[in-house]
Amino acid sequence: MWKFIVRRLFITAPQIVLLSVLVFLMAQMMPGDALSGLIDPNIDPQAIEQQREKLGLNNPWYVQYKDWVVSALQGDLGQSFRFKMPVTDLVEQRLINTFWLSLATLIITYLIAIPLGITSGRFNDTLRDQIITGYTYIGFATPLFIFALVMLWLFGFHFQWFPTSGSVAPGSEAGSLSYVISKLHHLLLPAISMALITTVNTVQYLRSEIIDTKQKDFIITARAKGASESRVYNRHILRNSLLPIAAFFGYEITGLIGGTVFVEFIYSYPGMGLLFMDSILQRDYSVVTSVVLLFGIASILGALLSDIILSLIDPRIRIK
Amino acid sequence: MILLINQILNVSNLTTSFRIKDDYYAAVDNVSLQVFKNEVLAIVGESGSGKSALAFSIMGLHTRAKMEGNIYFKGEDLVNLSPAKINKMRGKDMAMIFQDPLTALNPLMTIGEQIGEALLLHNKAITKKSRYEQVIKLLQLVGIARPKYTYNQFPHELSGGMRQRVIIAIAISNSPELLIADEPTTALDVTIQAQILDLIRELKNEMQAGIILITHDLGVVAEMADRIAVMYAGEMVEVADVHTLFENPLHPYTRSLLNSVPNSKQKQDRLHVIQGVVPSLQNLPRTGCRFAHRIPWVTETAHEKMPQMHEVEPQHYVRCTCYKHFDFLEKNKEDHKHGIS
Repeated sequence: MWKFIVRRLFITAPQIVLLSVLVFLMAQMMPGDALSGLIDPNIDPQAIEQQREKLGLNNPWYVQYKDWVVSALQGDLGQSFRFKMPVTDLVEQRLINTFWLSLATLIITYLIAIPLGITSGRFNDTLRDQIITGYTYIGFATPLFIFALVMLWLFGFHFQWFPTSGSVAPGSEAGSLSYVISKLHHLLLPAISMALITTVNTVQYLRSEIIDTKQKDFIITARAKGASESRVYNRHILRNSLLPIAAFFGYEITGLIGGTVFVEFIYSYPGMGLLFMDSILQRDYSVVTSVVLLFGIASILGALLSDIILSLIDPRIRIK
Repeated sequence: MILLINQILNVSNLTTSFRIKDDYYAAVDNVSLQVFKNEVLAIVGESGSGKSALAFSIMGLHTRAKMEGNIYFKGEDLVNLSPAKINKMRGKDMAMIFQDPLTALNPLMTIGEQIGEALLLHNKAITKKSRYEQVIKLLQLVGIARPKYTYNQFPHELSGGMRQRVIIAIAISNSPELLIADEPTTALDVTIQAQILDLIRELKNEMQAGIILITHDLGVVAEMADRIAVMYAGEMVEVADVHTLFENPLHPYTRSLLNSVPNSKQKQDRLHVIQGVVPSLQNLPRTGCRFAHRIPWVTETAHEKMPQMHEVEPQHYVRCTCYKHFDFLEKNKEDHKHGIS
């Protein structure tokens, strides 16, 4: 088990290095640098050139890359020119907001997917199953950004059950109970909107896994032992069917990143997704680079998490 | 009378039908059979003749089948028994060994857990310690060399033969009175086959159980069985004890089957084959002798309109009258001379 995790970590490290190189090169390819554009045109070009030399912008890319990595490891991701503050500080608040939003979405996703998937798979081809399958088809066909807008209009503006922007009510004191409730209140609607759409994958997946497992020979063995129908489901079918779902958990994080970009933008929820969109629109390159890097690392860690979970629950994967 | 006292299973006029589109088709058609204590009843037939469907009917393992007739076992009629009551008997009073050991074990549970589950299901009060001890004893009984080590292994770590031993251990864990072995050796290679058959025979003598052995391997039948029931297209066509059936096979289907067995003692250029295939469930002949279309040279008048089982000699039953008029074709007679006669 530990051997497997260590081995898997050895693969993860070069993945992250490769990702950082790619992100860095992409940033390099973007036109202009910190000393072009927004700078007083009356400054002597000679002085600008000197400044470039001083900042190391004339060095070959690998030297610049090294400098970038060294300062990134020290927690310095550069300066956001729009917010006039270090990217690290900017990202920190946003990261926490996105983390809570993603967590809430994940929880709601599985709260919907597991009961629906089990019902649909166990009673396949009945009316119940057809209703659930109908819902998943609608979910597959609905674009998230349209659905989120409709939800925002309906529950945010029309019924006014939920706030329509921000992550917390202004003026509430951090740490107090009303602060926590306000936070929850703000992230509930975006989380539900996203979960209702992203969950259909898992519902369908779980349904077909259960239908598949139901017909396996070892289920007949369990029945022949005298196991009751509920025991057959709980002990034999579910465990085998949830295996791929659990394994998919980490990859779900990758999917969430794409979702948060839309949802945060629509709900003006100050998280990484909204920051990403704003920075692209404002050409705030140092922020874009950092956010892409963090998203990339999150995806890699998600895949790592999936493999670790799978090795924990599936004895066939463990390396002796 | 002695026979009746020792009778443990009595299947009478059992018909198991499956729904295809809007009609029901009988995979097991009006089958009657008895199993006695400490005997091996072999059920033989080609693939698709309804052997496994019959076994699953007795175990009540069909989920979407219509069953008619009666299966008397331990004073109950299994056909009309509630699922909860059948669950109490399955695995305890009757158990089954499956065809494919590679897929019949849960890949996520250890061997110990899987055998232990069979014990636990029928004895809720069993302690962990005595369960462990019993599982170890069972593993020893079925010839696993290192039972304590195997206890914690997962199915994928075992060979096919070992897995089949584990499945047998599950089946015998509650000393059932009736054991159904559904082609227990088909998925195994020849050397392992012999070991598994030896094991089943030993266990039979030890437990005094009645065994239904389903197979299409006539060599296995000759070695293991006390009585043989030949099935074709969902019906019993011939029932007799093993000596009678091998010495005096009557039904054309039985004779064709026996004739298809390769014989190592004599040189054969060609092996006998039965013309055609077993008709699919939907295409079964509704009336007349079901084997008729595979022996087209036998005249129609030789067959009965509604073929019945006839007792031609004590305890030897044959369906239809066509056996009286049946002989192999000239070109097949050569095979016949060299084959088992």
